[in-house]
Amino acid sequence: MSVEVLHRIQFALTISFHFIFPPLSLGVGLILVIFGIKSVRTKDPKWRQLSMFWVKIYGLIFSMGIATGIVQEFEFGTNWSQYSRFVGNIFGSLLAAEGIFAFMLEGGFLGLMLFGGTRLGNRMWLFATTMVVVGATFSATWIVMANSWMQTPQGFEIKDVGQGPQAFMTSFHDVVFTPSFLPRVLHVIAACWMVGSSLVLSVGAFYLLKKRHVELAKTMIRVALPVFTVVALLQVAVFGANQATEVAKNQPAKLASMEGLYQSESCAPMYLLGWTNPDTETTSGIHIPCLLSFLTDKSFDATVTGLEATPRDEWPAVNLVFQVYHLMINLGMLFILIGLVACGFWIWKRKIWDQRWLLWILVSSVVLTEIATETGWWTAEFSRQPWIVWQVLKTTDAYSPNVSFSQVMFSIVMFVLLYITVFVVFIRLLDRHIKEGPPPPVDPDETSSLPDSFGEIFRRRSRVSSGGD
Amino acid sequence: MWLQTTWFVLYVVIMSGYVILDGFDLGVGMLSPFIAHNDHDRRILLNSIGPVWDGNEVWLVLGGGALFAAFPLVYASLFSGFYLAMMLVLLVLIMRTVAIEFRSKRPEAWWRSLWDWTFTLSSYGITILLGVALGNVIRGVSLDQHGNLNVSLLDLLNPYSIALGLVAVAMLCLHGAIFLTQKTEGELRNTIKVLIPKLLVAFFILMTALIAWTLLRDEQFTQNFKDRPWTAIFPILAFASIASAWLFVRRGAYLSAFLASATMIALLLGAIACGMYPVMLRSTTNSAYDLTVQNASAARETLTVMFVIALIGMPFVLLYTAGVYYFFRGKVELDDDSY
Ligand code: HDD
Ligand code: HEM
Ligand code: HEM
Repeated sequence: MSVEVLHRIQFALTISFHFIFPPLSLGVGLILVIFGIKSVRTKDPKWRQLSMFWVKIYGLIFSMGIATGIVQEFEFGTNWSQYSRFVGNIFGSLLAAEGIFAFMLEGGFLGLMLFGGTRLGNRMWLFATTMVVVGATFSATWIVMANSWMQTPQGFEIKDVGQGPQAFMTSFHDVVFTPSFLPRVLHVIAACWMVGSSLVLSVGAFYLLKKRHVELAKTMIRVALPVFTVVALLQVAVFGANQATEVAKNQPAKLASMEGLYQSESCAPMYLLGWTNPDTETTSGIHIPCLLSFLTDKSFDATVTGLEATPRDEWPAVNLVFQVYHLMINLGMLFILIGLVACGFWIWKRKIWDQRWLLWILVSSVVLTEIATETGWWTAEFSRQPWIVWQVLKTTDAYSPNVSFSQVMFSIVMFVLLYITVFVVFIRLLDRHIKEGPPPPVDPDETSSLPDSFGEIFRRRSRVSSGGD
Repeated sequence: MWLQTTWFVLYVVIMSGYVILDGFDLGVGMLSPFIAHNDHDRRILLNSIGPVWDGNEVWLVLGGGALFAAFPLVYASLFSGFYLAMMLVLLVLIMRTVAIEFRSKRPEAWWRSLWDWTFTLSSYGITILLGVALGNVIRGVSLDQHGNLNVSLLDLLNPYSIALGLVAVAMLCLHGAIFLTQKTEGELRNTIKVLIPKLLVAFFILMTALIAWTLLRDEQFTQNFKDRPWTAIFPILAFASIASAWLFVRRGAYLSAFLASATMIALLLGAIACGMYPVMLRSTTNSAYDLTVQNASAARETLTVMFVIALIGMPFVLLYTAGVYYFFRGKVELDDDSY
């Protein structure tokens, strides 16, 4: 095994682990904002009670996101130094902007949100929460922007000013708005909302199965299920479809590997399940004829470019890409089914609350949505190989030449051990917190005596007079 | 040229922001086993930094991003060259983050003391590792003509850099102790008050010795001050700040003492920057391979865009940082939301 492969393994492991948490933060954040709005509108103490239960979970998830995110920021320098030299002019500014605009916002208001239960009234707590969620969404936007530039680079020129070839920015606007950016950021944020709402669904369904906190559990499902179902529909019909069209247009070679299309074809099929055989260069499985042609070009006999148009040494691991891609797609279909069936039972039969099989499916939904988001990213990243910056810089030319095999081996082992330990503890704490259930409802009089506008917050006296100095 | 220098200054400002802000919460972590006698005390200490430590740590993230963007060649050489040290930094950063979050989630004594020790040891780890890294940056590293270097962990641990790591420990313990006077009451606060003068004296002696050592062993560093005599105001004002911190402590004006100690941190980092400028990463193999503010920076377009981003973003950052600190001012009281 080469050092390059080790660097790739380390990056893949650490980023995939990091990416377990951002979708949860973003999605649960959205639900918390909804709870907050309800709380302000209706003054019903149950919303406050639910918010305070979920905000604890949010804090736990968020700290995992922070702990693992810093690793990602460092790894560009430690593991991909040649890459960092090459793209620093472009990529660095996006990362720095993320820090200033997004992380600072999250970090600043997180304390208010997590510690706001006994300090802030409904309105101000909603404000703090919204700021954190906006920060997290900015952060997703900037980082997807940076990644989109690696997928569809533009707005730069390559020059050697004495330190080897480097990419120089010619237009910030072009760097920011690459053709893949908008479809991707929508697809990713929608995916995150699905993950977050499915966590709320699964906790609610769990309580119903165990006959605990039944009323609150129903409320959780009433809020999360519509979000989940609507986003699932949009995800497949709008954002996913857009995404596929975008890839077909800008990176046809990637689309060919996702669908296992070796020869260029008119009336190209779209697979539901299948297997590509790299030796015979064929793909077989259950497919819908001509659908791929239709999806990419709105015409059943449009020609879709196959892998043959790309030099063979620039092919990614086709079967791997094919499988992870189809896993995402099939899960996407499954989510629509789950959402619609659950809504059906809710609206027409009004019996969702005692369909045990359905509740069990809802309990498992968060695992499924996590798998779909991870495999989605793997699709995008595996199919980009062997390029690190699409058709500009190869991954082989990007890793740190001065880091030795044993050093990377050491750090991989360190991360694996560390992440397993931390993850086990995280899951157990989450489990305990869920089993302990929501805190008792807060007395509305108590809540309404908390400061609830900027003016009140800043007039508030320190709670204990700071005598002495 | 002025743009590159501006970014160098901004970079030093961001790192000072990091050391001042995250510094006091690292200090709290390092001091906690010495001043907290029971679980209640430990929770007070943890909650004194609870609402703000994450925002503080973001300054490090920002520093990383700013270095990547403004001086990509330094970012690439430094981070890959100090590979194992960086991995250890990540290890302790992760341990510290999860320790703060996990600790108070369970009531069992063994659980709490496990994470208390993780919190304390990782606070030492971060302070010492970053101090040692700075020490090696000042000393210079074996950069080759491609900007690559590889220092083993043992090479990093040279006496000078270890000394800098220890000075960092003393400095942040002092900073953290002064911060805690704002947040604690009663017995706990008295313990801290007794400790502060000792920490101040210890830090003062160590720091003076380290400055003398730096000036004696490093001709270029000293030469830079001789060539730009006005930069001597940085170390001089740093001494003035520490002296005033002493006076404020004597008078019991701890808030002013905290500001003095924060100012001193910024001035010391500023002094180091003056001693290095324009070199950012010195090559011990050949001074032609030095990475400087000029040859390692991003191009003008990038620096300009970034400068605009910073101009827009920084006021907001300062606004809500100040707002949050103001909101959580006053003594710590434990309640349902506390760690
Ligand atoms: C779609 C969203 C997304 C993606 C693809 C990534 N992140 Fe992330 N990241 C977030 C969304 C996010 C977030 C939602 O903003 C986090 C996660 C959970 C959290 O608490 O904040 C976060 C935390 C987080 C932090 C800690 C910030 C802090 O201290 O508050 C850093 C330094 C990074 N990330 C850096 C990265 C890098 C360098 C990535 C790419 C290689 C990356 N993240 C991928
Ligand atoms: C968060 C979801 C993400 C996941 C799950 C993910 C997954 C992966 C995987 C599996 C690889 C290894 C590919 C291979 O070597 O075969 C990889 C590589 C890489 N990714 Fe991502 N990625 C994500 C986001 C990002 C983002 C947002 C960026 C940049 C802003 C990024 C930058 C990179 C880089 C620089 C590499 C290493 C070079 C390479 O192997 O091509 N990734 N990622
Ligand atoms: C069923 C309809 C769907 C279609 C047609 C679709 C299409 C795509 C395509 C073509 C990509 C690759 C983009 C690239 O290479 O740049 C992708 C990536 C991705 N997908 Fe999907 N997707 C679908 C459903 C889902 C679902 C249900 C989820 C998660 C809940 C999801 C999450 C993701 C993520 C996180 C990425 C990686 C980020 C990106 O490149 O935008 N997708 N999707």
